[in-house]
Amino acid sequence: MSFPWANEYQPQHPLMQWLDAKLPLPRLVYNAIGAGYPVPRNLNYFWNFGVLAGVCLVIQILTGVILAMHYAGNADLAFNSTEHIMRDVNWGWMLRYMHSNGASAFFVVVYIHIFRGFFYGSYKAPREMIWLLGVVIFLLMMATAFMGYVLPWGQMSFWGAQVITGLFSAIPLVGDALHTWLLGGFAPDNAALNRFFSLHFLLPFVILGVVILHIWALHIPGSSNPTGVEVKSESDTVPFHPYYTAKDGWGLGAFLLIYCAVVFFAPNALGHPDNYIPANPMQTPAHIVPEWYFWPFYAILRAFTQNFPLLGIPAKLLGVMGMFSAILVWFFLPWLDRSPVRSGHFRPTFRKFYWLLVIDVAVLGYCGGSPAEEPFVIISQIAAIYYFLHFLVVLPIVSSIEQPEPLPFSITEAVLGSDQAASLAPAE
Amino acid sequence: MIRLISILAGLFFTVALGWALILGVVGLAHDGLPTSAEKKFHEHPKELALASDGMFGKFDRQQLQRGFQVYKEVCANCHAIKLVAFRDLKALGYNEDEVKAVAKGYKVPAYNPGMGEMKTHDGTMADHFPPVVYAGQGSPPDLSLITKARHGGAAYVYSLLTGYQNPPADLPKENQPGAGLYYNPYFANLNIAMPKPLTSDGQVSYKDGTKATVDQMAQDVSAFLVWTAEPKLEKRHQTGWAVLGFLLFATILAYMAYRNVWADKKGH
Ligand code: HEC
Ligand code: HEM
Repeated sequence: MSFPWANEYQPQHPLMQWLDAKLPLPRLVYNAIGAGYPVPRNLNYFWNFGVLAGVCLVIQILTGVILAMHYAGNADLAFNSTEHIMRDVNWGWMLRYMHSNGASAFFVVVYIHIFRGFFYGSYKAPREMIWLLGVVIFLLMMATAFMGYVLPWGQMSFWGAQVITGLFSAIPLVGDALHTWLLGGFAPDNAALNRFFSLHFLLPFVILGVVILHIWALHIPGSSNPTGVEVKSESDTVPFHPYYTAKDGWGLGAFLLIYCAVVFFAPNALGHPDNYIPANPMQTPAHIVPEWYFWPFYAILRAFTQNFPLLGIPAKLLGVMGMFSAILVWFFLPWLDRSPVRSGHFRPTFRKFYWLLVIDVAVLGYCGGSPAEEPFVIISQIAAIYYFLHFLVVLPIVSSIEQPEPLPFSITEAVLGSDQAASLAPAE
Repeated sequence: MIRLISILAGLFFTVALGWALILGVVGLAHDGLPTSAEKKFHEHPKELALASDGMFGKFDRQQLQRGFQVYKEVCANCHAIKLVAFRDLKALGYNEDEVKAVAKGYKVPAYNPGMGEMKTHDGTMADHFPPVVYAGQGSPPDLSLITKARHGGAAYVYSLLTGYQNPPADLPKENQPGAGLYYNPYFANLNIAMPKPLTSDGQVSYKDGTKATVDQMAQDVSAFLVWTAEPKLEKRHQTGWAVLGFLLFATILAYMAYRNVWADKKGH
């Protein structure tokens, strides 16, 4: 798809003409991220993060494939082979730090990308499919990151795997059998480590595939924008190249500066020291905590400390349901938020709840990284209640009673203060 | 319909969490916030400044050699550094012959497939420091990664080594050191199985003339353990500056290109 005024790919060089006739790959690129793709002219820097997420995925795949050449997926060898990479493999320390901090950078970027979507209503029609694919990507990312963290086979690797795979045993009737089947044993061991390695290698390529679908789906309506008003005429857009290649280019530079500062000067700041202790099934760490990007969901998991009143649903099962539902609700977001106005800029009530949600998730994150004791349990219970109410109750109600502020006629008007097309348009 | 279901689902989670919250608050009102002697008496690591700290940090090779000497003469009786190979010691500024001599002083176990049994041989450049057999109470961890495997890193090791003291008078009975344990407020549960390893000034005699006070030895061995945990630290810092320098240059160029491209578009 594209807008009627999109530039048409016209190869000049005979070789490119020949290629265009046989396999129009350059045409595809031209229409996807070249001058042939018209993009709203008013995107702010939050629209840089999709490209940054793509760069993170590429960094993870490149460094990961090389790490896998030196890593040994065996419970007896894994820890030492990781240290072999850090000490003996040429530039191995750099690859490993790039990969472990790359995972964190990826989640930072994707969380900003998702919260951009929450604020600007990017999930609404006609972009539901982009959003749904995004949630699929996020779930795959979480699975990939979890299994990757197990690979160095340190104390947190092992005990994290123990806790998270243990969740499956909360499922009624089949839980225990499923748990044993998934792990290939009663506790994480060589069989589990090996299959985690295999899947950790596979899933990033699955993510890559879903990302391609995500961007394909994006190119049908085109990007939304901070006003949430759809593109109306040519003056609303600029060609992706050179305008957004230039903007994404310098944004990428700024991102890499921060990322590399962490990789080279604080590479262990985001990790847990216990993972430099080899896995020991006989010794439980004082506090088992996952990586920071799981903390909000981990807090929700642990917030369910009591069986459901009267019905008696076990707390553990509630926790598992709660944790997964916390992400699954995102799938329904396009239908829960019914406001026809996309952007939070024009939704005064929604906007307040949005910021409350941001604070709420930060609080959940803080509790998830803290020991499971008071006052953190109580705080995370309150925060988890708000989390669910926000998506399941507040959004549906606010979106049907809220009085939005007036929207600009068009993107051009929002940027320039007036739009010639506006005076020609039929009165509404 | 979907909104009805969603509101019901929201109520479901609210009831489940709200019930847990009520019981939690009741429990809290009854018992108060959890406290433990371990929390109350535990101390955070002391300040320790090392040459390797910070973004410009470099190893002080004299200090690493002194630290290695402390490790070799004191800690090596109980602790191994299995991830370190003898050849790595060259990075401390020793020459080939000196390293070979160190290696030779160790017996390294090796499986002999011909005989089907374990044998030992004199250490060579290619070998790693061998495991240490320890007969006493507790299990001394391998120290190769210790400064990365504890909160506080080198400062923690330094504080632990210099932190032995008599238990305070108001220490609850169940937190008093039992047989074979020693009170040390820097250790997680206050009582450590390691007897005070650095006991008196002059326990080792430094070749470079530095006075071997307990504090000095503790600092030196901590610095050495930073190196064993992160031997590539210097290269990391150097590479980091080169990378940041290049990226800064490239980002400024990219920013100027961006300003240039957008110059004719209002609003940017
Ligand atoms: C007599 C044997 C012995 C000597 C000598 C010794 N240690 Fe230990 N060390 C131990 C034991 C035993 C433990 C385990 C303590 C425990 O878990 O309670 C230990 C534990 C440690 C720990 C880990 C503490 C923790 O947080 O788990 C460090 C660090 C340490 N020793 C450093 C050193 C250094 C540095 C030296 C040399 C200056 C040294 N040790 C000398 C026996 C020894
Ligand atoms: C590997 C991870 C991902 C990559 C590489 C990726 C890539 C992109 C790119 C390049 C864009 C266009 C630029 C932009 O709007 O920022 C985009 C848009 C979008 N993404 Fe993602 N994305 C990822 C994950 C996600 C996730 C997890 C979600 C939501 C759960 C999501 C939701 C969206 C939405 C709704 C848009 C359209 C935004 C709009 O036009 O307003 N994406 N994505």
